[in-house]
Amino acid sequence: MKRTLLTLVPLLMAAAAALMAQQPAPPAQTPEGFVPVSSLPQVDQLPAAPLLIAAYAFVWVALMVYIWLLWRRMTRVERELADLQRRVQKR
Amino acid sequence: MSRVFVPLVFLVMALFAAAPFVVANAPYEQTMGLVQKVFYYHVPSAMLMFISAFVCGIASAVYLFRRSPAADRLAVAAGELVVLFGLIVLVTGPLWARKAWGVWWEWDAKLTSALLLWMIFLAYMLVRRFGGPGSEKLAAAMALFGMANVPFVYVASMYWRTLHPAPTVVPTLKPGMRSTFWFCVLAFMLLYLLLLTIRKRLEDRQAVVEQLYLALEE
Repeated sequence: MKRTLLTLVPLLMAAAAALMAQQPAPPAQTPEGFVPVSSLPQVDQLPAAPLLIAAYAFVWVALMVYIWLLWRRMTRVERELADLQRRVQKR
Repeated sequence: MSRVFVPLVFLVMALFAAAPFVVANAPYEQTMGLVQKVFYYHVPSAMLMFISAFVCGIASAVYLFRRSPAADRLAVAAGELVVLFGLIVLVTGPLWARKAWGVWWEWDAKLTSALLLWMIFLAYMLVRRFGGPGSEKLAAAMALFGMANVPFVYVASMYWRTLHPAPTVVPTLKPGMRSTFWFCVLAFMLLYLLLLTIRKRLEDRQAVVEQLYLALEE
C-alpha cells in the first residue's frame, strides 16, 4: 500500500505539472482606469498646434480690436473738441 | 510727447512683428512640448494685468485722498487695460490647460482668484460707464480692493495646492527660453506704456470737451 502511494503521488504531481505547462498563457489584459498620456496611441492624443494657434490668434485679434476702438473714440473726441472750440471762439 | 511717442509706436510694431519668429525658434519644453509656447504671451499678459491693477489702485488712492482729476483719468485708463490683459490671460490659459492638464478650467485658488480680479475691474469699468455722477469715488474704492487682491493671485500657486505652475518657474528657464520670455515681456511692457498713454490722453481730451460744454452753457 505504502509503495503504491509512493509511486502514485509523484506520478500524479508530474501529470499535473505537465497539464499546467500545456495551458495557454492568459490574454494580456487591456489597461483599465487611468492611462498615462505617453502611453496613448498617437490618434488619441490631443494635438497642441490648434490650441497654440488659437491662443496667439486671440491675443492679436484682441489687441487689434482694442487699438481700433481706441482710435475710433479718439477721432470722435477730437472732432467734438474742434467743433466746441469753434463755437466757443464764435461767442 | 510726440518725440518719444512715434518712435515708441514703431519700436512696438517691430517687436511684435518679430515676436512670432522669436517664439518659433525657442526650444520645446520637455513634458508639454509645443503648447508650452503659450507661456510667452500668457505670462507677460498676466504681469501687465497685475501692474495695471497696481497703477489703477494707486491712482485711485491719489484721487480719493488728494482729489486729483488727473489721477482719476489715469485710473480709468489703467482699469480698462486690466480688463484687456486679464481677458487675454483668461483665454490663453485654458487653451494651454486643455493640453497640459486635460481640462479647460479648474476651480483652484490661482485660477479662481485671477478670475475674481478680472471681474472686480470689469465691475470697476461698468461703474465708471454707467454709475452716473459721483460714481468715481465708489469705483476708486473698488480699484483699491482689486489692487489688494493682486498679491493673493500671485502667491496662490505657492501656498495652496493648485495645478497652475508657481511663479518660481521663470528664474529656472533655460537660456533659449529665458531670452524669448524677456523679449516678449519687453514687447508687452512697451505696448502697455503706449496703450496707457493713448488711453489717458483720450480721457484728458474728454475732460476738455466737458469743460467746453460747461463754458458754452454759462
